[in-house]
Amino acid sequence: MASTIASTPSSSSEAEINRSLTADDKIKLFEQMTRIRRFEQASLKSYNSGKMGGFLHLYIGQESVAVGTISLMQENDHVITAYRDHGHALAVGMGMNECMAELYGKATGCSKGKGGSMHYFAPDKNYWGGHGIVAGQTPLGAGLAFALKYKGLKGCAMCYLGDGAVNQGAYHESLNLAALWSLPVIYVIENNGYSMGTSQKRSSAYQTCLAQRAESYDMEWDLVNGEDMYEVRAKTHIAMERARNECRPAILEIQTYRYQGHSVADANHKKYRSPEEIERYKKHHDPISLWQQCLFDEGVLTEERAKEIDKSAKDEAAAAVKFAEESPFPTVEDITKDVYWEVDNDTERGRTGRHFFN
Amino acid sequence: MRLIEYRDAINEALAEEIERDENVFLLGEEVAQYNGAYKVTRGLWDRYGDKRVIDAPISEAGFIGMGIGASMLGLRPVMELMFWSFAYVAFDQMINNAACVRYMSGGLIHCPIVVRGPANGGTSVGATHSHTPENFVANVPGLKVVSPATAYDAKGLMKSAIRDNDPVYVMENTLLYGEKGEVPEEEYLVPIGSADIKREGSDISLIAHGRCVITCLKAAEILASEHGINAEVVDLRSIRPLDEETILSSVKKTNRAVLVDENKPFCGVSAQICTLIQEQAFDYLDAPILRVNTIDAPAIYSPPMEIEQLPTVKRIIEKVLAIA
Ligand SMILES: Cc1ncc(C[n+]2csc(CCOP(=O)(O)OP(=O)(O)O)c2C)c(N)n1
Ligand SMILES: [Mg+2]
Repeated sequence: MASTIASTPSSSSEAEINRSLTADDKIKLFEQMTRIRRFEQASLKSYNSGKMGGFLHLYIGQESVAVGTISLMQENDHVITAYRDHGHALAVGMGMNECMAELYGKATGCSKGKGGSMHYFAPDKNYWGGHGIVAGQTPLGAGLAFALKYKGLKGCAMCYLGDGAVNQGAYHESLNLAALWSLPVIYVIENNGYSMGTSQKRSSAYQTCLAQRAESYDMEWDLVNGEDMYEVRAKTHIAMERARNECRPAILEIQTYRYQGHSVADANHKKYRSPEEIERYKKHHDPISLWQQCLFDEGVLTEERAKEIDKSAKDEAAAAVKFAEESPFPTVEDITKDVYWEVDNDTERGRTGRHFFN
Repeated sequence: MRLIEYRDAINEALAEEIERDENVFLLGEEVAQYNGAYKVTRGLWDRYGDKRVIDAPISEAGFIGMGIGASMLGLRPVMELMFWSFAYVAFDQMINNAACVRYMSGGLIHCPIVVRGPANGGTSVGATHSHTPENFVANVPGLKVVSPATAYDAKGLMKSAIRDNDPVYVMENTLLYGEKGEVPEEEYLVPIGSADIKREGSDISLIAHGRCVITCLKAAEILASEHGINAEVVDLRSIRPLDEETILSSVKKTNRAVLVDENKPFCGVSAQICTLIQEQAFDYLDAPILRVNTIDAPAIYSPPMEIEQLPTVKRIIEKVLAIA
């Protein structure tokens, strides 16, 4: 449960994977979290001024999860997540411009304006989305891991899901297959305490935590304090190494919190949880402030440098907004592109028979 | 030419493609050690082993979704559904993921996956085991769906499906698995999206797919011998993409059409064909287009009644005689 988060940094800072971090590496983690937050704050502003359609699920408050875990990725590691996907996208290295333009539904967006907020993809960065159906990505995550193993590649798939996704059948089927076939997949439950307006207590039956369900699949699991960057990295690293080296899956439950409503359209978010609760998290458990403080304490980061980083993140987000606003929309002709590979590539197969019935 | 069973024709296609491409593997319930619920994969596990022929637990959403994920990373899974009726527990994966991920990624991803298995009524297994979802699937842009009627087409379409870079859903038929047909020794492909004239005729076009093609051929023989009507039988083979030219040129020649398919009538495949003909060959028609479908109710168990529920030779002949 999110409310059990402790704010003191753990001994995880001593873990080898963290001790090997240089000052620059640490600052980079801070910078990435800051960029995600500033990007999303800018997108919220645009959303509220009517520039975007549909839903906007913000990741604000959860940044340490994507940044911490993705910072551990190696060449053959892959990432797939749900619809709250902006943080992971920026963390794997997608640009703010293409991400912002996608929110605006522009042709310059990462999915050419065809996916929207919930459907970001960057296969060149081993990022497989961006999935709008709760837990729909969990079998795909097993599939990425299956393909790695089939090809004999040493890597792992990190498949993120929410605390509300753990009750879907597809997830349980995936856990069974992952354990049965020893697939190098790590299911990362980003437990922010709520699935829309339903608290964890009102949606899940469990013993001590959601990840513990792994035991019934004979799978490893761990519970992680998401506000502690060192702990996120140390515990995730263990699971990733196990997956890469022993082809064994795991469930990690990372405790975190979202500040905004479920989506920007969620008007109720101060009713199903108290304003005090939200304030408490912002004040005492904010992953960016905590990491910044930690780096101040370590003498790695100065206040001045932190301000510079923040300013440049803000500027980058503002530039992304400008880029998105000035970009063209896709055209009506674009509607029927990117449906069939064979048609797009004008192959013999793509030219045989009628594919579209307009 | 040698005659082999429809199931063995598929078996050959699978074996040849496994040998041709190391990324091709088979996965499904009972496909490996049990040799396949319908023996389509007989002998393949013995020959190709655990890596290429994999038994899955009863977990269609899980393993089909897993296959889709693996195909995004370049593998070419061929997934068996024991019955297409069981796809319904995996439809989220098969539609939201396989069909949409290319689009939603702006063309960055594609899913070269094949999902295959029988989709037919007529075996007295009741409503839950007798669905024919080719019309559902054909409704989804991003998916391809084929339905072979003969051993020759079953082999050639399966090989094309496996080589296709988009998801292809192959709907076979348990009542055809044991049917023998001519299949050449040498390698061949049947392109997806091309129909085939299974019987040439001049008086009326019977347009069908799957086992209904066989029913139409029987009806055509009776129409010729007893009624002096020379029917042409058009086998769609592929539903989406659809070979419109072959359909239209047949109708333009015969000026009459009866559409036959095992779908229920409402939004069945034949409804789409009907629209096509009236839009593009209206002036050639000498009579309304009529359809023969499965009688509109869940599949009845009672064996003699189930025969009546599905398109029959008798109902086809009645419709033909009404307009020819
Ligand atoms: C199959 C399905 N059912 C319902 C929804 C609507 N929905 C979207 S997100 C959501 C809540 C999920 O919460 P959680 O898994 O905890 O993720 P979080 O939003 O907290 O990141 C719901 C009910 C959906 N997208 N898909
Ligand atoms: Mg949640």
